[in-house]
Amino acid sequence: MGSIQKIEQEILDEMSLFGDDWEAKYNYIIELGKTLPSLSDEYKNDNFLIKGCQSRVWLKAEEKDNRLFFYADSDAIIPKGIIALLLKLVNGQTIEDIKNYDFGIINKIGLQQHLSPTRANGLLSMIKYIKQYASK
Amino acid sequence: MDTIIKIREQFPFIVNHPDSVYFDNAATTQKPKKVLDAIQEYYETINANIHRGVHKWSMLATEKHEQVRSKVAKFINAQHPSEIIFTSGTTNSVNLLAECLSANYLQKDDEIILSTLEHHSNILPWQTRSKKFGFKLKFANINNKFQIDTEHLQSLITEKTKLIAVTYVSNTLGTINDIEKIISIAHQHNIPVMIDAAQSIAHLPTDVQKLDVDFLVFSGHKMYSPTGIGILYAKQKYHEWLYPLSSGGGAIIDVNYFDTEFAEVPLRLEAGTPNIEGAYGLGAAIDFIYENGGIDKFYLLEENLKNYLYQKLFELSDDLDIYTTPETPSVSVISFNVKNQHPFDVGTLLDNYGIAVRTGHHCTQPLMKHLKIQGTVRVSLAAYNTFEEIDKFINALQKTIKMLK
Repeated sequence: MGSIQKIEQEILDEMSLFGDDWEAKYNYIIELGKTLPSLSDEYKNDNFLIKGCQSRVWLKAEEKDNRLFFYADSDAIIPKGIIALLLKLVNGQTIEDIKNYDFGIINKIGLQQHLSPTRANGLLSMIKYIKQYASK
Repeated sequence: MDTIIKIREQFPFIVNHPDSVYFDNAATTQKPKKVLDAIQEYYETINANIHRGVHKWSMLATEKHEQVRSKVAKFINAQHPSEIIFTSGTTNSVNLLAECLSANYLQKDDEIILSTLEHHSNILPWQTRSKKFGFKLKFANINNKFQIDTEHLQSLITEKTKLIAVTYVSNTLGTINDIEKIISIAHQHNIPVMIDAAQSIAHLPTDVQKLDVDFLVFSGHKMYSPTGIGILYAKQKYHEWLYPLSSGGGAIIDVNYFDTEFAEVPLRLEAGTPNIEGAYGLGAAIDFIYENGGIDKFYLLEENLKNYLYQKLFELSDDLDIYTTPETPSVSVISFNVKNQHPFDVGTLLDNYGIAVRTGHHCTQPLMKHLKIQGTVRVSLAAYNTFEEIDKFINALQKTIKMLK
């Protein structure tokens, strides 16, 4: 099991405690959003803006020794929590591992079913951007 | 209350989803069974192409189609059915008008006055053509009651002002504008007026003769009809301006290789096979409205619901920014934000509680920029909504506020 898959399993184990309780699930995501450090204002511009989200999401990537590090922010707390969750998985991972990861976690934690297509597009845009950085 | 239940029972969507609260009626209303049955009936008993067939089915379909035109004319008190032009919706109506006026009326350096409250559908059709044809757009401000500031609008008028095109009701805030005054100011300067009635048509009685409005546009789907059908009302004296750039079958008297004699309005504006089933559905929706007491009755029901919603929201005003005032005339639409929270978060959580509201900029970005906000949470009610649903919404909103704190 790769490093990303291991983290994914940890998150799934943690979230399985919530069962069908969507409020608990969203509380968890909101808390994740609150703990993600804010992105410095100099990066909150169109160059780092992810299009396709109803809220604004900024994502900045850095490469160090063949590994990727992401810094992100949003003006809404739920998207910020979702991106914090994604960053838990991919931050510091190798480019190769990120390229090969399918982000199946979104379905596994039932986020997709709670997000309407327009909103899911925002989520998919985030994933697409992460993948794009990895494929550059 | 019994009246609401009687109306409510006629909407299969509402009956099929007893646990859901649908408060996004300004985006589109649900459809009564009468309208759904009419569409079915149309295909099962009438279906034929209109206006050109000599066979009885084509003549029957044409007759039914033209009956709807007369019904719409009566509904908004137009002088003549030929003033009713079928379109695919409000956006299409404004674009058709903008296209005709750009080609046959507006000149370079002419000015059009819009307002800060406008939906993008009443900005973009003028903006794109203003760039192409060289006329200018001006925007009237809003006052502290969130209505179009008629004094500011008046101050924008010059001898180059050739059209005023404003909304009757704000889609985002629900505000009712003083369009009687705006039309009267415009006519003092011999300027024609287009009114965007998309958000008023299902909530306020519309009398185009009493308003003396020159052009009026609306969609069927916001007044219990199917999607894809709308109206452009055009006063007869302006029909000479209404020659479209896009044309085709059905719009003509005689076609030669290089020249064409066009039919009269409305037919020359309705090229191609129109949305016949949609028009038929619109006719059924108008019947539905009359059978349930008319728009006046709907207004009274919605006014009671809105006042209750206002009262409940103002009780939470420590946590909310509400974009209306007690003195603002409005339909049953209210926009707000939870203080320091993004409308997307509020809408997402409300959705999980089974409440459908609209969040975002509502296609009114100039208004959002004026209010210095990213978006709002918009609650929009229809005559089939209930006090219990408002209680359920307020309860969910209180939980949402708590979760986001």
